[in-house]
Amino acid sequence: MLTFILKRMCLMFIVILGVTMMTFLIMHFTPGDPAEMIAMARYGVDDLTQEDIEWIRVQEGLDAPLHIQYIKWLNHAIHGDLGCSLINGQPVLSEILVRFPATIKLAAVSMLVALIIAIPVGIISATRQYSLTDNVSMMGAMLGVSMPNFWLGLLLILLFSVHLGWFPVCGYGGFEYIILPALTLGTGMAAITTRLTRSSMLEVLRQDYIRTARAKGLSEKVVISKHALKNALIPIVTVIGMQFGRVLEGAVIIETIFAWPGIGKLLVDSIYARDFAMIQGGVLFVAVIFVIVNLVVDISYTYLDPRIRYEGVK
Amino acid sequence: MTLLGIRNLKVYFYSEDGMVRAVNDVDLDIGEGETLGIIGETGCGKTILGLSILRLLSENTKVEGRILYKGEDLLKLSEDEMRKIRGKEIAMIFQNPLSSMNPVLTIGTQVAEPVELHQHLDNQNAKEKVIEMLKSVRIPLPSKRVNEYPHEFSGGMRQRAMIAMGLICMPSLIIADEPTTGLDVTIQAQIVELMKEVLKDSGTSMLLITHDLGVAAELCDYIAVMYPGEIVEYADVRNIFKNPKHPYTRGFLDSLPGRGLKPIPGISPSLINIPDGCKFHPRCSYATGRCKNERPQMIEVGEKHYVRCFLYD
Repeated sequence: MLTFILKRMCLMFIVILGVTMMTFLIMHFTPGDPAEMIAMARYGVDDLTQEDIEWIRVQEGLDAPLHIQYIKWLNHAIHGDLGCSLINGQPVLSEILVRFPATIKLAAVSMLVALIIAIPVGIISATRQYSLTDNVSMMGAMLGVSMPNFWLGLLLILLFSVHLGWFPVCGYGGFEYIILPALTLGTGMAAITTRLTRSSMLEVLRQDYIRTARAKGLSEKVVISKHALKNALIPIVTVIGMQFGRVLEGAVIIETIFAWPGIGKLLVDSIYARDFAMIQGGVLFVAVIFVIVNLVVDISYTYLDPRIRYEGVK
Repeated sequence: MTLLGIRNLKVYFYSEDGMVRAVNDVDLDIGEGETLGIIGETGCGKTILGLSILRLLSENTKVEGRILYKGEDLLKLSEDEMRKIRGKEIAMIFQNPLSSMNPVLTIGTQVAEPVELHQHLDNQNAKEKVIEMLKSVRIPLPSKRVNEYPHEFSGGMRQRAMIAMGLICMPSLIIADEPTTGLDVTIQAQIVELMKEVLKDSGTSMLLITHDLGVAAELCDYIAVMYPGEIVEYADVRNIFKNPKHPYTRGFLDSLPGRGLKPIPGISPSLINIPDGCKFHPRCSYATGRCKNERPQMIEVGEKHYVRCFLYD
């Protein structure tokens, strides 16, 4: 297992390197002169001179060729220094660490919402295939998949905050603040996971070993929870890992809508301000989280399915 | 004494291609301590017959008639009452133990389930019982192998574990569906020997479903020959082999390698389009006009020897 984890770590490193390289390139191909944007942010638009812009260009190393800039950044990053925000001069790392818990909180609660909806509904749908319950839940799931979540977020705000006044419109604080954004992010994820749970469960329920379990006199509840669920979970866990990536991605939009002070909102703000150091650091952080989650998923397979063993284990 | 009596059993269900009449008016008796073999070709409805006894068929399958177990009609029991029969009174051994065992649960967990459920043994006692059972089906190092998963067992060992799982509650009746199919010939012989022994020791009755006449000859006291959905001949094992009456039984025996490997002409009908009259008449060299139109009844041709053929009318 240790060999497997080490091997995966090496691969993780390559993936992350690729991600940072792509971000770096894309950022530099986006229109707008970064030196000018930074100068505007620092000194205001009114008394901005060409000298100021050029001075910032030299000061921030933006005049060097792209690959030199990248290598310089990488060298610092490896030593744990993600640089400082080009706008307010704060260290990128500490800024990210401040914002990070909010995003994780949102992601975790959204996942929880998704799983609490998806797993039971998927199981009930599968055990009562083509019943009214099944049809209604599948229609709901279809709706959930097709609804863009920024739109759902706005609808939820309109209904629950503006009309009913149950929850705050936006912001960060106690439990009542997280409900709407988590619901928005969670339902889209729940929709996909419900459909997958249903089909995975249907597949498992057709297997011979389910008939064997029934032939022992086990109740349908035990057959489902002990014999079917663990087998059905294998593909579900894979998708949950990938969905986690979608939550982080979705958080960019949802955090902006709900003014949730997480990494997503930080990234959006930094992109508007062309704060390269911050964007680069944020993307790196998200990539690392995503890769770690998928490693955890791969490791969890060995607990779900004894037939999967990574080399070096026995 | 009769342990299981099947009366006028009909099993049918609807498929996309039409109604499938899997079992048609079957009458059978299994006495205590007896082994009855049901032999027939693939697709003749013998597995469905076995599953219908434990009511393990899907909900859209219609089962009519009576299945009397110790005088009680299983078809009239509630689902809860039926669960108390399954695994405890009547257990089933399935073919292909790899797909019939749960890949993510250990052998120990799976073999222990019937005793935990029906005899309310706790984990520790159940585990001891499992080890004892695995030992009795001659699985080496049972205390180590209880913690292994089905994929870590060989085919023969898996079938032994399956047998242990069936026998662990000491049921009165075992339904074994092709227990040796898919195993190597040498392993088959070992499994047959083992089953013979455990049946003798426990006094358990068995309904053996197989297409393998060799296995049936080894294990059975009586044999019922099935041809699309119905029993065409019933006799003790000696008479079936020495004195077969039904043209199909004869054809089936002649198709064995040791008896000339002669195939029966034609193909066995599907359960959807079963011919009228005698179901075997299109393939039978003795067929007359009567066979085409009239369904023959079971005729007694000797002691406990019945055949469904007009030749003996």
